[in-house]
Amino acid sequence: MKLFVPLMLLSCTAGLAAFVMAASSPFPPSNPSPDTHESAAQDPVAHGKYLVTAMGCADCHTPLKLGAHGPEPDMSRWLSGHPDTLAMPPAPAIPPGPWGFVGAATMTAWSGPWGTSFTTNLTPDPETGLGKWTFEQFRDAVRSGRHEGRGRPILPPMPWMNVAALTDADLHDVFGYLRSIPAIVNHVPQPIPPAETR
Amino acid sequence: MTIFTSAIAARWLGWARNHVLHHAVALGIALTATAWVPLGEADPLSDTIPARLADTGLYADFAARTLAPGVLPFEPQYPLWTDGATKRRWIRLPPGASIDATNPDVWSFPRGTRLWKEFSFGHRIETRLMLRGGDGTWRFATYAWSADESDAVLAPERGVNAACESQPGKPFDIPARTDCNACHLAGPNVVLGFSALQLSSDRDPLAPHAQVPAAGAVDLSDLVRRNLVKNLPRALVGTPPRIAAASPIERAALGYLHGNCGMCHTDSGQLASLDLDLWTSFAGMSIEPQTPDTNARRTTNGHASRFVCDTSTHALRSASALRVSPGDPDASVLLRRMASRQPLSQMPPLGTHVADAEALELVTQWIRSQSGAVRVTDRTTQADAGARSAGDPWVPESRREYSRGGYVAPTDVTDTNSLDVCQTSSSSQAPLISKTPKD
Repeated sequence: MKLFVPLMLLSCTAGLAAFVMAASSPFPPSNPSPDTHESAAQDPVAHGKYLVTAMGCADCHTPLKLGAHGPEPDMSRWLSGHPDTLAMPPAPAIPPGPWGFVGAATMTAWSGPWGTSFTTNLTPDPETGLGKWTFEQFRDAVRSGRHEGRGRPILPPMPWMNVAALTDADLHDVFGYLRSIPAIVNHVPQPIPPAETR
Repeated sequence: MTIFTSAIAARWLGWARNHVLHHAVALGIALTATAWVPLGEADPLSDTIPARLADTGLYADFAARTLAPGVLPFEPQYPLWTDGATKRRWIRLPPGASIDATNPDVWSFPRGTRLWKEFSFGHRIETRLMLRGGDGTWRFATYAWSADESDAVLAPERGVNAACESQPGKPFDIPARTDCNACHLAGPNVVLGFSALQLSSDRDPLAPHAQVPAAGAVDLSDLVRRNLVKNLPRALVGTPPRIAAASPIERAALGYLHGNCGMCHTDSGQLASLDLDLWTSFAGMSIEPQTPDTNARRTTNGHASRFVCDTSTHALRSASALRVSPGDPDASVLLRRMASRQPLSQMPPLGTHVADAEALELVTQWIRSQSGAVRVTDRTTQADAGARSAGDPWVPESRREYSRGGYVAPTDVTDTNSLDVCQTSSSSQAPLISKTPKD
């Protein structure tokens, strides 16, 4: 035990150094091939998949796990948001200065001036995902930045204003793709308000 | 151990170097959203919505504030709470046009209809405009008044945060145009404060914040008489619409929920899947008195909520709770969310920074009165209760502590048995109009 704590501190230090010094990513992005793009033009669901891939939705809406080649999406939880099995401790306080937010290693939980946010379950599960959403709700949500198009604000780091730039037809295809993927039961926690606004 | 951990960290963090950065950029965009403007997009309203309020057709003489011919003031009986703003409202129909009220819940307004709503906190802040264009679509805009009220110009598309204070330390925001969509395009009714119920001459004396209609203000009877509203079901022509309720308090509470929540929380809107229906409907109405079976009761009393709203933090969390726990306001999520002004849990989610104290008292009393009430899902018992209650007052006069402008809690509010509503009471009032139970 006496050695354990120094070792852990050392490992954390090494990890921090690695973050600064790392030169390249071992995780290859899943770039669609031109063929995929062509087929997407014919098939709305394929086009939706193409857009979801290109926009990087899975980067935050699919938790990362450590694989043989480093961090990689947990495909068993594809687009299902922050895992309800991963209970997050309170987010660390951010010291004064230019650092503005912290994120979980899964890329599914974030904390900053807006509070703590957890990425949404985008699968068609009716109770925990988008299964009961209409296309209009989905469209209005990304256009307005409000949950279900008219509720609470959608929180950072969700770049909804970028998605809002899509045409209705593109959004329709994205929604169609999200309805086509396997439904995953995953109760994503509600966002936690920042302490000063509670 | 150290080497292993460092290797893992290097993999994570090396990946993160490339992938977190773009999220950081997105985050930066999100944090600076108040300054965001869609690039390369023309303002869709700029060509059709005038740049100045003076040119919208509201006034014949803007400087004198003389209304234009055909502009009619009106006053809904269940107004939307907007942090205490004083409001004035007007409508103008195209010459010779009328509103089709065949569906008493969803009026069809002629193309060219314009409505205005002016917001004041001692002085004019903004005047909102909604118009139905020639293509049948509705368009929204708002005009911000200058400090000296000499002019009102089109507000920015993203609105104006903290345009003034509704009370010391409480900002009042001029809404963004997408905020208009949030409520006005949530359900089948785009026009929300101009309806059979809202304009009924049988006005609710307990309705919170209802303003006395201005001179010349039109109500439902006026509109029908002047043929500006046509095809209204005869039952509503003969008897002004009135919410069927178990008590005056419930009538006012349901009216408040109708006017403040029902535009989104309705069974036929974008949020229908929530099965939370606070819209009072008059479709399939009857003028025969019936034991109330309101959608609001059906979808709140004893109905599971998806969340708990913590009392102290107003944070939501997933847990077992009830939208309305009959007789127990403190355990009712609906009331908690009405009381919250934390942006992640408040209801309504936009348009207000100050909870409505008068409405909270009213809804508290309504929830408290639910104790011992017949469960609306038990139709046999409900019918029996209705039969037993004939001839009795809905609520003893001594219980009618709630009145406009204030609320005095009963001295024995914990004596829930004495507050039974359905089992011991009925209506001594004029015949009520209620809708036929839906299911």
